[in-house]
Amino acid sequence: MEYEVVIGLEVHAELSTKTKIYCGCTTEFGGDPNTHCCPICTGMPGALPVLNEKVVEYAVKAGLAVGAQINRNSKQDRKNYFYPDTPRAYQISQFDLPLCINGGFDITLKDGTTKRIGITRIHIEDDAGKLVHDTYTGGTLVDLNRAGVPLIEIVSEPDMRSAEEAVAYVEKLKGILEYIGVSDCKMQEGSLRADVNLSLRPVGQKEFGTRTESKNLNSFRAIEHMINFEIQRQKEILESGGKVIQETRRWDEATGEGYAMRSKEDADDYRYFPEPDLMPIKLSDDYINNIKENLPELPERRKARYIEELKLPEYDAGIITSSKALSDFFEEASKECGNPKAVSNWIMTDIIRIARENDIDYSDLPFSAKRFASLIKLIDSGSISNTIGKKVFEDMISENKEPEEIVKEKGLLQISDESAIKEVVDRVVAANPQSIVDYKAGKDRALGFLVGQCMKELKGKGNPQIINRLIMEYLK
Amino acid sequence: MEITKKDIEHIANLSMLNLSEDEVDGYAKDMQEIIAFANQINEINTDGLEESAFALDSYNVFRKDEVRESFDRELLMQNAPSSNGVAYQIPPVIE
Ligand SMILES: [Zn+2]
Repeated sequence: MEYEVVIGLEVHAELSTKTKIYCGCTTEFGGDPNTHCCPICTGMPGALPVLNEKVVEYAVKAGLAVGAQINRNSKQDRKNYFYPDTPRAYQISQFDLPLCINGGFDITLKDGTTKRIGITRIHIEDDAGKLVHDTYTGGTLVDLNRAGVPLIEIVSEPDMRSAEEAVAYVEKLKGILEYIGVSDCKMQEGSLRADVNLSLRPVGQKEFGTRTESKNLNSFRAIEHMINFEIQRQKEILESGGKVIQETRRWDEATGEGYAMRSKEDADDYRYFPEPDLMPIKLSDDYINNIKENLPELPERRKARYIEELKLPEYDAGIITSSKALSDFFEEASKECGNPKAVSNWIMTDIIRIARENDIDYSDLPFSAKRFASLIKLIDSGSISNTIGKKVFEDMISENKEPEEIVKEKGLLQISDESAIKEVVDRVVAANPQSIVDYKAGKDRALGFLVGQCMKELKGKGNPQIINRLIMEYLK
Repeated sequence: MEITKKDIEHIANLSMLNLSEDEVDGYAKDMQEIIAFANQINEINTDGLEESAFALDSYNVFRKDEVRESFDRELLMQNAPSSNGVAYQIPPVIE
């Protein structure tokens, strides 16, 4: 039987406010355990939370950026459950009146098609603390530095049908959140993570199948692998006549396998009720319009600008603008060297490759936009060839040096002295008379061979245009 | 609305309470009375009133996003039954 995959995502993004959602403790990452804590975020009885106004502003910003409606009347609710990373024994979240509802945006797939993914809601809530295994006692240690860091949870409609669509959705969402500056979206640090709801149903069936929820995926790679694993797992169950059990699952990227977490009975009975310690939120049209008018340029707009003004191919413009850091890098390097087309080509090939190979964020590239622009300038001015440029690029990363310095140290300057090149060409042509005959007999390959021989003698540093021209003179 | 023994067992389970058979019976009776008492509120006519989750006419109580000094860790740890001075110690948590 053919099955259709149905995927919905809940993405949690830590907001980049200075302080926690309900107290003045810093949200700074790291820090000694339990040093960014106070009676409010450790859940001491009687401590009263007060909502950070920036949290509301950032959530509304995110809502507007994904085309959602903003609820004029909103409130916060208690979600009750016991887990040692949540010291109050309840999380403060939003139940029936989230700040934002009914948004969505288009994703672009590899084959060039676009698809709209709906966003059901965005609500604010507080993050939990961290549990660390204590090797000394065999017990567990609780660090509450992250407890109370503000989160937005962005809940999608079950609109995705493959790992590719899910990854494209998270990539785009991450880009938008970065552009509007409400979250640093560092997946390695857990400031952006996704829960994946996935089910299968026979093609043509209207009702959804039983879904599983895989928690806390914190890389695109993990999302892709987890989804493909889970599709296969559910398919095998259904094909052998079994039933998928609704459960919460954990993904281990290291082993490439998913596990069912100990399923808590009554897990979904959170007994939400209006949070009595926090007053409702009422937002005026003025407040919302003011945020709307001050939204920065979003990826979609930037992409259009790259296509129209800089004549980049649509696919390339889409990839570059999907990450704010990458797009900023592109703009700075282009401005510096005046050749956006070249910068874009390098990004699409080498820069994306090294980021993937080393699993680094575009904000942490091992060279600055300025340094990279110097490399382009060396190529554009004819000081080095494109081929040598690729070598300098690698050295620039491994040696952490300016490209000019590398070229100078290794004597890589391109030879454009025509008389010097002519000497080599004369010698190569004289040594290979058969190639001339071959070329004239229609074997174009002979030209490449002669150019290659000259390049070899010039140790790869000859100006290819000049070599070509001089050889062609013989071949005429 | 009738509160059954099953309801009490469910709530006790969610609250991580171990109740004896007698206690379950007792709480079922008590809770029945409590809910009946609270249900009196349903008799009030609320026609034409705006729905609200709060009794106070207060909203938008916000705080500026300004960092304040956190608490002394030693003091925070004193409130826990067990700590190693740096973090709270709890029995092993296995997922
Ligand atoms: Zn605090």
